[in-house]
Amino acid sequence: MTASENSLNRAAAALREEPGDGLAVAVWATLKRDLLLMLRRRSEVLNPLVFFALVITLFPIGISPDPALLAAIAPGLLWVAALLAALLSLDSLFRADYDDGSLEQLLLTPQPLALLALAKVAVHWLLTGLPLALMAPVLGIMLSLPAGSYAVLAISLALGSASLSLIGAIGAALTVGLSRGGVLLSLLVLPLYIPVLIFGAGAVQAAILGDGVLAHLAILGALLALALSLAPLAIAASLRISING
Amino acid sequence: MSLRLQAQSLACERDDRWLFRDLDLDIRAGEIVRVEGPNGSGKTTLLKILSGQLADYEGELFWSERPMREARESFLANLLYLGHAPGVKAALTPLENLAWYQALSGEKPSEAARFRALEEVGLVGFEDVPAGQLSAGQQRRVALARLILTPRALWVLDEPFTAIDRDGVAALERRLVEHARSGGCVLVTTHHELTPCAELRRIRLGGGGADDGI
Repeated sequence: MTASENSLNRAAAALREEPGDGLAVAVWATLKRDLLLMLRRRSEVLNPLVFFALVITLFPIGISPDPALLAAIAPGLLWVAALLAALLSLDSLFRADYDDGSLEQLLLTPQPLALLALAKVAVHWLLTGLPLALMAPVLGIMLSLPAGSYAVLAISLALGSASLSLIGAIGAALTVGLSRGGVLLSLLVLPLYIPVLIFGAGAVQAAILGDGVLAHLAILGALLALALSLAPLAIAASLRISING
Repeated sequence: MSLRLQAQSLACERDDRWLFRDLDLDIRAGEIVRVEGPNGSGKTTLLKILSGQLADYEGELFWSERPMREARESFLANLLYLGHAPGVKAALTPLENLAWYQALSGEKPSEAARFRALEEVGLVGFEDVPAGQLSAGQQRRVALARLILTPRALWVLDEPFTAIDRDGVAALERRLVEHARSGGCVLVTTHHELTPCAELRRIRLGGGGADDGI
């Protein structure tokens, strides 16, 4: 409007009115960066999977190799072990970014933080929840899980672990500023995990008994939809609290 | 709309101790404002408040004569903040690090621009080395490459000279003056003595108050 503004626009440091339409670019870049980072630190990706496999392998040895007994407890066992494995990996979700200062930068971008955080959670699910879901049927064989429930196990874990990642990320964001936030994170997040666990294990149980599994899966889907719509906002708010505190 | 960052009667208390009180600031285009003071006098805290990262303060902030709350989007779109931690991922190469920052800031992804930025900060030949294998000064240079990569009007730099060698310091100083002359604005804390120039202004912290002298 004024001469001074014109000179500003000519200058290298022109003022910008609003952020550009770079949201998709920013989300995509965050996805790519986090995937690349995790692929360069493979041990972090493998940790939860190895934990999951170890726990499931030890149970038949510790309890009894009796197939009937194992089949009865298999759905709950697989779900609890997968849940704990996912929980184990949550603490590092924002920790590295916090330590090297890139979280600070993430909070200072003009792009909506909720969506950028969602990209980070999506990577966490892709490299933790999804592999756990794919691995579970194999471990199910070890627990002599009755045939016919394998697909339901994988689907329920894939759906449920996405909710777990989203809910857990809220806790991870709240505890990122604490030096030993691991225990607090578990305490914060576990109560919220219980509905997912009940319906997830319930779906597999129903498949074994021959009941309808769709109701359970539908509730898991509803929980995921709820988490997907609310958790990003909560994660963004929690990150701001952690950084500003 | 013009570049102007104002603070009115800014005060911040930490552990029952006032870091600063009644601090009035008016930072305009074409200025380099150096915040100085002894360790623990609240320089970083002031920079974090002014860059909108801390909400725990008293007083009012204005960006382009609008209250910060309303102008936050426009403020962030013009801000480039470099903190104590360089924000450089050790497992990524300088090019990959810059690619993320370029995308975050809404610039078009351009490998040529990233190469040019790295060339300017003297990291030719290190583009594809994981940043974790670079020295502290080189990592700082990766962070400083953002000054070239993503043009922003307001630079808020917290100890940008840390671990930089003598030539690098001179180049960075030149860059700050250039930025101020081309209508930008720099807010910087450093223990390094900046070469006096017409654009330079000092704010001294410590002792509970601040005198805004030349």
